[in-house]
Amino acid sequence: MSSHLEYVLRIGDNALILGQRLSEWCGHGPVLEEDIALTNTALDLIGQSRLLLGHAGKLEGRERDEDALAFLRAEPEYRNCSLVELPNHDFARTILRNLLFSAFQVYLWDALRASTDLELAAIAARSIKEARYHLRHAADWTVRLGDGTAESRARMQAALDYLWPYTAELFTANAVDDDAATACIGVTGASLETAWQQAVRPVLEEATLAIPARTPFRSGGKLGIHTEHMGHLLAEMQHLQRAHPGAQW
Amino acid sequence: MLTEAQAWGVLQQVPDPEIPAVSVCDLGIVRSVQAQPERLTVVITPTYSGCPATEVIQATIREALEQAGAQPVHVETRLAPAWTTDWITPKAAAKLSAWGIAPPHTAAPSETQVLRFVPPAPSCPRCGSRESERLSQFGSTACKALYRCRACREPFEYFKPI
Repeated sequence: MSSHLEYVLRIGDNALILGQRLSEWCGHGPVLEEDIALTNTALDLIGQSRLLLGHAGKLEGRERDEDALAFLRAEPEYRNCSLVELPNHDFARTILRNLLFSAFQVYLWDALRASTDLELAAIAARSIKEARYHLRHAADWTVRLGDGTAESRARMQAALDYLWPYTAELFTANAVDDDAATACIGVTGASLETAWQQAVRPVLEEATLAIPARTPFRSGGKLGIHTEHMGHLLAEMQHLQRAHPGAQW
Repeated sequence: MLTEAQAWGVLQQVPDPEIPAVSVCDLGIVRSVQAQPERLTVVITPTYSGCPATEVIQATIREALEQAGAQPVHVETRLAPAWTTDWITPKAAAKLSAWGIAPPHTAAPSETQVLRFVPPAPSCPRCGSRESERLSQFGSTACKALYRCRACREPFEYFKPI
């Protein structure tokens, strides 16, 4: 697989898998307005994944369209970071994951607007507008829940302690990022870390949450080495298309 | 075969499927029309990445132009430049308001303040009061937020600047 294709797949799979996780909230939100917010966010992400996977299919040149890539790959072929495949667990963890991820996305999309891959640049210019609203929504709730009741703060702190180690993967140096940066197709995750910290830390501090120390932890979703949760997610996401190949409605 | 001017006339009658008070031209979704001898090409730009109306709009545009005599019709989707609410004309904004949706009243933001921000306060499309409060940043569609007027107590949707 070329670095260019792999770079695009990582971004597309992040959108696809987080879109899948957030859509699990449909009908189960704590209040109607948040059910709508999470599913609208999922819709934006799924739309982005369609554009990205459609583009990846063309780069791959094996006649796989967005549906084939979304629904018919095997687990090790997905290139999403592990952070997005983790179970939602509760509203606190869902919101905090959205904060950590959408802050990253805003800076990634901003940088990709200058990509020499013009399709990727166009997708970036479109998607950054949506990511800004996702970030604002997540930051708002992070502060309200973190600096909230004893229960809400406990849940938010537990969410932060659980999710924080998985964010390291967003910034780890790797050959695909380096190749993409050299070719001016993309930027390395590492180059976004400072901006991400500057965006996320003030929100967590305002939310009176304790930011965990960085401890040695490695997650490998970007390399196709997924957590134990990915198989269950794919079973649910793929079973219709696998049971009825080519189904349309 | 239709001329470009005739094609634009047809397109101005094609309503947005979610907000039939405005046309796909009013919202700046139709970007260009080119009448070539061999076909008519319409370029559209989708509003939001996941907007489910995009495919309906494509089909409706093709159908409307074919019924008006254009043959063949090619509808092309172009992502760049990205769609923005800045393309909604003042006339279209007035139509939105009359329909009960508060139009975007500021330009599309180029960055977003996430801490201690004050949500925008659109005027209530029913009574005109500026005493509105935001119920949800997201509404019945991706492009709208949900507000309530504190004066007349009615809820209304707000077209988010993007």
